[in-house]
Amino acid sequence: MSIKLEHVTYTYSPGTAYEIHALKDVSLEIPQGQFLGVIGHTGSGKSTLIQHFNGLMRPTSGRVLYNGADIWGENYKLRELRFHVGLVFQYPEHQLFESDVITDVCFGPKNQGLSPEECRKQAERSLQHVGIPEELYEKSPFDLSGGQKRRVAIAGVLAMNPDVLILDEPTAGLDPKGRDEILDRIQYLHETRGITIILVSHSMEDIARYVERIIVMNQGEKTYDGTPREVFSHYKDLEKIGLAAPQMTYIMHALADRGMDVDVNAITVEEARDSILKALGRQIG
Amino acid sequence: MGIIRARKLGYDYFQYEEEGKEPDITHAIEDVDLDIQAGQFIAVLGHNGSGKSTLAKHMNALLVPTEGTMWVDQMDTGNSDDIWKIRQEAGMVFQNPDNQIVASVVEEDVGFGPENLGVPTDEIWRRVDKSLAATGMVAYRKHSPNKLSGGQKQRVAIAGVMAMKPKCIILDEPTAMLDPNGRKEVLKAVRELNQAEGVTVILITHYMEEVIYADKVFVMDEGRIVMRGTPREVFSQVDKLKELRLDVPQVTLLAYELRKAGVPVPEGILTTEELVDVLCR
Amino acid sequence: MIRDITIGQYYPADSILHRLDPRVKVIGTIVYIVSLFLVNSWGYLLGTAFLAGVILLSKVPFSFMVRGLKSIVVLLIITMALNILLTPGDVLWQWGALRITWDGLALAGRMGIRLVYLILGASVMTLTTTPNKLTDAMESLLKPLTKIHVPVHEIAMMMSIALRFIPILLEETDKIMKAQMARGADFESGNLIKKVKAMVPLLVPLFISAFRRANDLALAMEARCYHGGEGRTQMKPLRYKRRDWIAYGVLLAYLAAAIVMGVVLKW
Repeated sequence: MSIKLEHVTYTYSPGTAYEIHALKDVSLEIPQGQFLGVIGHTGSGKSTLIQHFNGLMRPTSGRVLYNGADIWGENYKLRELRFHVGLVFQYPEHQLFESDVITDVCFGPKNQGLSPEECRKQAERSLQHVGIPEELYEKSPFDLSGGQKRRVAIAGVLAMNPDVLILDEPTAGLDPKGRDEILDRIQYLHETRGITIILVSHSMEDIARYVERIIVMNQGEKTYDGTPREVFSHYKDLEKIGLAAPQMTYIMHALADRGMDVDVNAITVEEARDSILKALGRQIG
Repeated sequence: MGIIRARKLGYDYFQYEEEGKEPDITHAIEDVDLDIQAGQFIAVLGHNGSGKSTLAKHMNALLVPTEGTMWVDQMDTGNSDDIWKIRQEAGMVFQNPDNQIVASVVEEDVGFGPENLGVPTDEIWRRVDKSLAATGMVAYRKHSPNKLSGGQKQRVAIAGVMAMKPKCIILDEPTAMLDPNGRKEVLKAVRELNQAEGVTVILITHYMEEVIYADKVFVMDEGRIVMRGTPREVFSQVDKLKELRLDVPQVTLLAYELRKAGVPVPEGILTTEELVDVLCR
Repeated sequence: MIRDITIGQYYPADSILHRLDPRVKVIGTIVYIVSLFLVNSWGYLLGTAFLAGVILLSKVPFSFMVRGLKSIVVLLIITMALNILLTPGDVLWQWGALRITWDGLALAGRMGIRLVYLILGASVMTLTTTPNKLTDAMESLLKPLTKIHVPVHEIAMMMSIALRFIPILLEETDKIMKAQMARGADFESGNLIKKVKAMVPLLVPLFISAFRRANDLALAMEARCYHGGEGRTQMKPLRYKRRDWIAYGVLLAYLAAAIVMGVVLKW
């Protein structure tokens, strides 16, 4: 079970003066169960990239394979693919449309052709997963708070029981607690249900905290692909392409420059703390 | 006497669920006392729904208090005769960059405010030129706003407010919808206006990194101001901020963790340099 | 791609026509359309010459102009066919109930030329004038109507705001459509009723979004002291220059010539 891209190129308005290469010869493979982060500045091609994963965009050249099958091959059921590869767009609460929460979440399962009971079961399960209490099920989604709306919208995709969940900036515009709540829920889903998570984010701190692999996009190309520690060790190059490393990277490098024996690849607050304590010769814990 | 003052400010709104039933009353803000001096850079923090937006809308009379009083430059916002004068003196920038730009050409949008104030044509042009220069948007003056990045659109919105020659500018989560580069751009523009032009700035945000340069920070919760002080004072209370659904900058958090582990680090570290200096002493 | 649609069809170039006051161009277009209905036969030579003249002056490629005609091809064919077949007169050719007359052919020719010239003439205006300038011209020309309580300023403001938000809403439509497709929505297959039903998940969020934007914008405008047209000054007021008066002169001469040819000489 995996998503595989082979030499994928995507060009807007090919053959005209407005030709833009949004993706240039991108190859990658995402095995089932990975927690992947995609970073890149605005316009780097990351939105175009994720829309190739569930067949919303068709590559100008190259192939997209899901579990080994070419999704643009003859007789391939693209709609079916979208139930397996769930995509949550930016500000997903803007797609809510039903008069109550539960019916809205049922939209996906209903499109899958499930029976009403089955739909309801799936919907309830995913609402639980995102932490929406039962007393809100019959409420209008438009009466909820911003964070709740966001979680209902994510449940709407989750209810299709996908094997892969792609989230484009799921925390944009939320307050710090709201951000943590959503990301913790996603982390939990990843751990308990083994879902592949593809997280697009501008927050290097969030990326450092949750993902096991990072893909860096720049001008339509895949520039880096590796573990967070590897990728953030190139922090000077990341800055050149409009990105940055987590704040910890800068602190650790500054400390190392001043002669302190710390791990410059520490990227989370906990890692940094432990490394500094070790360097200071103190007991951890 | 400060430029923006509030005494026992409160704002309730009613939600009518059903005919004949008693409406639900929500106290969006309650018992707020404020005194903001001219030229200050003020940051207002608070989680979503804490009342910070409602407070902001009182500062230029988009909302009028249901209790207490709000004064902008000695004018009572409850007095409808002064409403246009208040809005000219206290300009406002909103969260969504798309939904506050009126015209299809950047320079025309910047001129929109002065046009409404009845400023003569020649003077409008002078103000537009100056505001575009102050926000670094001169090169884009003939562009369509639709072709700009989020950060650039917000700078256009700021220029549009500046062209009205306000004494203060209130920014209601201007960076919430932007990427990190856009956030930096906007924050830089705002700090420059505060320092170079002496405009009073009230920045509402929930990005902790944006408030470390503020003169004063107000933290709101359930419609009340629950913490106030310099950024250092506020950020030294990590546990309390977390209770309020907020955060601290990561450096501050690291310093706090080290302190807890017994390293002698002072409270309220705000920048990387400070922490490095303390640790390498 | 939905965002490829351009509204207003402005063609940026630096020509005398682009620089003319938009009011001159609006009035010019009206004069031209009137002239097309004044003349009958040889008078069209005058109309052709005038049109060729402005097209040359506009520096807009002719191929770009013709593109505007594509949308009316069907209308053109129907109009001409009806005129050919339904006009009584000397029968030229008959087959059952269908008959073609000399008069029919002549009338169809006239209608065809009128329609084509009308579209080309109007295109010259829209291609050389930005939608915003057109709105300004409308506001200025319709100003007398405020006396009979027509909210001219408000209408013009609405038009210019609509022009600004159309591209944004088109992009939004694209986005919501994709978001619902990601949830398995099917906008293509099925019969008409099914298709209409499938639009609900698209239209509801779109309306909500449009209202939210309208609300935000109204608040932002109020915050910037907008309170209607009263006491408002303009950053770019329309002012006639010498070239605009010359253009009016040319228009007047053209109109006079058209009247002489069409009404007096009956050409």
